[in-house]
Amino acid sequence: MFKTYTYPKFPYVQSPEQMAGDVKRHKLVIIGAGPIGLTAALDAAAHDLSCVVLDDNDTVSVGSRAVCYAKRSLEVLDRLNIGERMVEKGIGWKLGKVFFKDRLSYQFDLLPEDDNKMPAMINLQQYYLEEYMVEEISRHPQIDLRWKHKVMAIEQKADHAVLTVETPDGSFKMEADWVLACDGANSSVRTMVGAQFTGQFFHDRFLIADVIMKAEYPTERWFWFDPPFHPNQSVLLHRQPDDVWRIDFQLGWDADANEEKKPERIIPRVKAMLGDEREFELEWASVYQFACRRIDNFRYGRVLFAGDAAHQVSPFGARGANTGVQDTDNLLWKLKLVIGGDAPVGLIDSYNEERAFAADDNLLNSTRATDFITPKSASSRLYRDAVLQLAEDKDAEFARKLVNSGRLSKPTPYIHSSLNTPDEDLFAGAMAPGTNCADAPVKVSGQEAWFLNQIGGGFTLLSFGPAPAASVSFGRIAARVLEVGRDIEDLKGVLAERYDAKPGTVYLLRPDQHVSARWRTFDEAKITRALARALAA
Amino acid sequence: MSLILNPNIDDFDDFYKELIDSQRHMNDADAAQMNCKLVLLLANHVGDRAVIREALERAGGAV
Repeated sequence: MFKTYTYPKFPYVQSPEQMAGDVKRHKLVIIGAGPIGLTAALDAAAHDLSCVVLDDNDTVSVGSRAVCYAKRSLEVLDRLNIGERMVEKGIGWKLGKVFFKDRLSYQFDLLPEDDNKMPAMINLQQYYLEEYMVEEISRHPQIDLRWKHKVMAIEQKADHAVLTVETPDGSFKMEADWVLACDGANSSVRTMVGAQFTGQFFHDRFLIADVIMKAEYPTERWFWFDPPFHPNQSVLLHRQPDDVWRIDFQLGWDADANEEKKPERIIPRVKAMLGDEREFELEWASVYQFACRRIDNFRYGRVLFAGDAAHQVSPFGARGANTGVQDTDNLLWKLKLVIGGDAPVGLIDSYNEERAFAADDNLLNSTRATDFITPKSASSRLYRDAVLQLAEDKDAEFARKLVNSGRLSKPTPYIHSSLNTPDEDLFAGAMAPGTNCADAPVKVSGQEAWFLNQIGGGFTLLSFGPAPAASVSFGRIAARVLEVGRDIEDLKGVLAERYDAKPGTVYLLRPDQHVSARWRTFDEAKITRALARALAA
Repeated sequence: MSLILNPNIDDFDDFYKELIDSQRHMNDADAAQMNCKLVLLLANHVGDRAVIREALERAGGAV
């Protein structure tokens, strides 16, 4: 197995603190070097916040695992300097086809909106993403990435946590002002702090098979309900780079995971699907069962949770890794400000407020898709099949709206967030407070560029037209003015259109590229109040 | 608008015969499948979520 990818083996190095027997205090310790832990580390470095990352293994993700990366994740990862590389290697797709039995039921186009730097969706094996991240991390001296470090215990103190860590050289203790647990769905940190992780288990099993084949299938997402080659179950086919194809077979609850993982069980299934004559090789396989559940609070004292450690969703709709990346996007700027003494600890609590809201939205979407794909009763199956049969009728557009093979991941706007300043002026369009910023083509110093590359990291005042100040501050935190017409040029007018801008319109944008507040005129007192609010001050 | 419960169909006996006849040739499974399609088609025609919810409740469903 693994003909297309060679797994790196990262060296274990004993840390000076373990060698010396010192208990050292760190600002931030991230547990888990999966895609979310590594994203968090890169985001910490982007904010010039030093961190230690601990991982109990010494390589990247075994198996392709999370393969779909949606636009917002790519935008976040572009801010962290790996988005372009992902898009270059990844497979872009936009057409999805849904089959019922032996017929095409309907097809959908993701209809990517023009004038965005990042595509709607790409497919890329998780190990590539992690490899790129580890490489990028090597350029950041603020990140201390330690392999073969397993966290065995966490003790909470008033203003820090004490970790007991085991390495090949034995165990030692380290202290952290803040701990970020990114140790996945089976998070042991969650158990260590006594957090609840509740929700709905689905009584079903799925087989993932990655096969290598030179196939002339178009680059589309194909989803089958009850196909002749795999009766009564669903199948998903997706293309990844290196001629690797991801096939997901629904197996049902009675399937024996250990049996189904054997190549002699998998190969006939794949053959039945592809037709006997096509040559393929099995690259990787895994049997999984999933649940839709989330942690009761993303913060336990000095321990924070992100990614699958905080919420687990079904794989339909690519909500796992994508929402995890958005968790750390939301958290790291807040941690930086709180650790630097520029914002109260309450700002950290807005992380739970905003991301628990997003997690619930994702769980709802994920549970709905799962109920459609794996009906729980004979009656719900009849309704599901009725929808699929009606969807074939070209006049019955409404039925196609009901087909749910996974609604694709879109960021959840924090519309109710306590950090937002509600609108007092009238605005049209999507850029309401709490929403992630839309991209647009711009010009900077005569060069074509993208709007999202001009913001983020700190607070920005996007001003359409001359602003009376260069920045507005609250305490030591300044929101710098980015003036359209002076600092950036609105290349096609798309920026003004997407932000419903008129001369004088000003937006306060957060370090995570979300809208905090907006006005029709530049009023320094109002901006200061909104900035204070965005800092939970 | 609320769910219409007053007589609202022109010829009831004729309507009922048409409904029954439409499934006369079907076995139970096919009729059950058709009933689901019928519910979906009519629900979309009604459109109003409050009316549909009222119908779900009147029919004995949990809402």
